[in-house]
Amino acid sequence: MTDIALNPAAPASARPARRDIGLKRRYAAERRFKLYGITAIAIGLFFLVALMYSVFSNGYTAFWQTEVNLAINLDPKIIDPDNKRATDPNVLLTANYPILARNALAEKLGVPTTNKPAMRELGKLFSEGVRGQLRELVVANPSLIGTTQSVWVLTGADIDSAFKGQIDLTVDQTRRKVSDQQVEWMNKLKGEGAMSQRFNTGLFTYGASSRPETSGLGVALIGSLYMMLIVLCLSLPIGVAASIYLEEYAKKSRLTDIIEVNINNLAAVPSIVFGLLGLAVFINFFHMPRSASLVGGMVLTLMTLPTIIIATRAALRAVPPSIRAAALGVGASKTQMVFHHVLPLAAPGILTGTIIGLAHALGETAPLLLIGMVAFVANAPVTPLDPSTALPVQIYMWANEAERAFVERTSGAIIVLLIFLAVMNITAIILRRRFERRW
Amino acid sequence: MNLMTERNLEKAVNDKMSAQGNAIKMQGKDVTVHYGDKQALFGVSLDVPEKMVTALIGPSGCGKSTFLRSLNRMNDTIEGCKVGGLLTLDDEDIYNPKIDVVELRARVGMVFQKPNPFPKSIFENVAYGPRIHGLAKNRQQLDEIVEKSLRRASLFEEVKDRLHEAGTGLSGGQQQRLCIARAIAVSPEVILMDEPCSALDPIATAKVEELIDELRENYTIVIVTHSMQQAARVSQRTAMFHLGNLVEVGDTEMMFTSPTEKRTQDYITGRFG
Ligand SMILES: Nc1ncnc2c1ncn2[C@@H]1O[C@H](COP(=O)(O)OP(=O)(O)OP(=O)(O)O)[C@@H](O)[C@H]1O
Ligand SMILES: [Mg+2]
Repeated sequence: MTDIALNPAAPASARPARRDIGLKRRYAAERRFKLYGITAIAIGLFFLVALMYSVFSNGYTAFWQTEVNLAINLDPKIIDPDNKRATDPNVLLTANYPILARNALAEKLGVPTTNKPAMRELGKLFSEGVRGQLRELVVANPSLIGTTQSVWVLTGADIDSAFKGQIDLTVDQTRRKVSDQQVEWMNKLKGEGAMSQRFNTGLFTYGASSRPETSGLGVALIGSLYMMLIVLCLSLPIGVAASIYLEEYAKKSRLTDIIEVNINNLAAVPSIVFGLLGLAVFINFFHMPRSASLVGGMVLTLMTLPTIIIATRAALRAVPPSIRAAALGVGASKTQMVFHHVLPLAAPGILTGTIIGLAHALGETAPLLLIGMVAFVANAPVTPLDPSTALPVQIYMWANEAERAFVERTSGAIIVLLIFLAVMNITAIILRRRFERRW
Repeated sequence: MNLMTERNLEKAVNDKMSAQGNAIKMQGKDVTVHYGDKQALFGVSLDVPEKMVTALIGPSGCGKSTFLRSLNRMNDTIEGCKVGGLLTLDDEDIYNPKIDVVELRARVGMVFQKPNPFPKSIFENVAYGPRIHGLAKNRQQLDEIVEKSLRRASLFEEVKDRLHEAGTGLSGGQQQRLCIARAIAVSPEVILMDEPCSALDPIATAKVEELIDELRENYTIVIVTHSMQQAARVSQRTAMFHLGNLVEVGDTEMMFTSPTEKRTQDYITGRFG
């Protein structure tokens, strides 16, 4: 060694031979490992892209709904033949609104109203949902009776599918759900600009319905929102309080060890078991209402708690002991130490854990089926005690329907759910970035 | 290898005054400490005189930090740690159940080996203690306390323009002085320092040492150090620990010139440890 240092010009042969320290082997192992990693990521990405493609290609059409523009004459002779609407409010609720729409359409297409078979065909062009649509219009503003209103009404689900090109029109008309006559009308209306696809607000406002075009996620969205609020309000304080106690106050003992093991076990318990527990305790024992988002929220809270506790404890443990020592050293009490120093530093971790737990709860289906949230709920729940459904349950229910229009709605609902999950996860990342501090 | 240079010795001799005449601020009698089954201190009896710097020296693992931590009951926070014997502050047993730990720690402050400012602004770091103890009636008083403490820690001039920037953004030496300012902001009677300069460069070390020397006028200081020069420079009394026992305690001057124990002599001259 010294030779070389003193005399750099020494011939190469004088230098000690290089030892074989297995560099080749090590680099080969490194390359192999990188290859494994890239392969794994590629496989994962492939499935992700395949999933996204199938969901989006099936689902994006659900956000548009075919509607037909009609000049509807709100004829008082049909709405209120006996002229009793001033005394009997039921008249406006039970009036035969579809007839109005049918007459308007017949006029537009030049079909004589006396042609019964043609009228029947024609009546299937628009949705039965027109009844509710016109009723709402008239009840909200009875002075419209007697005038002619231009209204966009929903087409029937089959017409909608045909309009979106989802029904093969080359098949003989007896073997498909839209007749040639209807297709002809459809094309005529389309040519006049009276039939077109419009943004499907109903998807977000309607509740359950047997007709695809008037079924939506309204009830499920409200139910999921209530449940998320309940889960947040229950599991965050309970989880954080439990974690702080276990991590900062409780003396290590056999009991705390048992609790620790059990919390970790709870996190691994299949969610359906929580559903059974909720059914047995909340519904059968405490007689809480079935199908209510309150019960759903409580069941999901039980499920989310272990996740939040584990995340919170990890976040608390990650706060350096030197900060605790510093706080105690200037005479802070334990509680002051926790709330002034440890908790703020652990907050990003706690928030991230909570949001991930919430996202988990948002996508949970099985326990909700057991407590009856799989019901047919047409009206939007007002309080968390009213029957409701949840987003994933709605997806599950729609997925069991055969009609083409429900297939696209299923995918549409999945897209909505995925967007919610993405927003929550992005929020988690932003919060983490925002609050993360170095020390 | 003789660590003590001629110049240092002279300084040590000139600077020092005798321990005699100063009242006893803290006292340990037969202090034993167990960590679980393991005993770390075997009956240590040591007096800490008021308004003086007492240095604790000894090889690694001999129990210096353990003794220091038992003086403000920071040992309470260590799971399985038990303290026996008698420890007093102004003749009051500090392990008496009637004593409030929070109050004790406000009277006996601590500076740690690694600078550990809170991840908050410089101002907040210093203001935290006075605030939780209610030492300032209003914002103005708080400002005064913060400024005074930072001045005492000879840090004010360096940070006066960025009081509201992160304390963690300071250099290591500045951080340690910030921690000292934080400790004196609550006006403790005793300040415990566990190797306060071990993470600092010589210049920062010199500053902290100078500071300790000034602080001695108002505070009782106990400092753990691995540097013999430092012990000689800043302390008036030195206590030598070995294997959980107090080997010898006396005036620093005496300890460094004519220790009675051979172990002390060996340690000081660097023959073991
Ligand atoms: N938290 C703890 N748990 C268990 N044992 C501990 C703990 N802290 C210290 N000890 C033990 O107590 C003995 C004394 O440790 P202490 O930290 O007081 O030594 P020290 O003199 O400060 O050493 P150093 O100079 O290296 O800091 C050592 O044997 C150590 O292993
Ligand atoms: Mg130590």
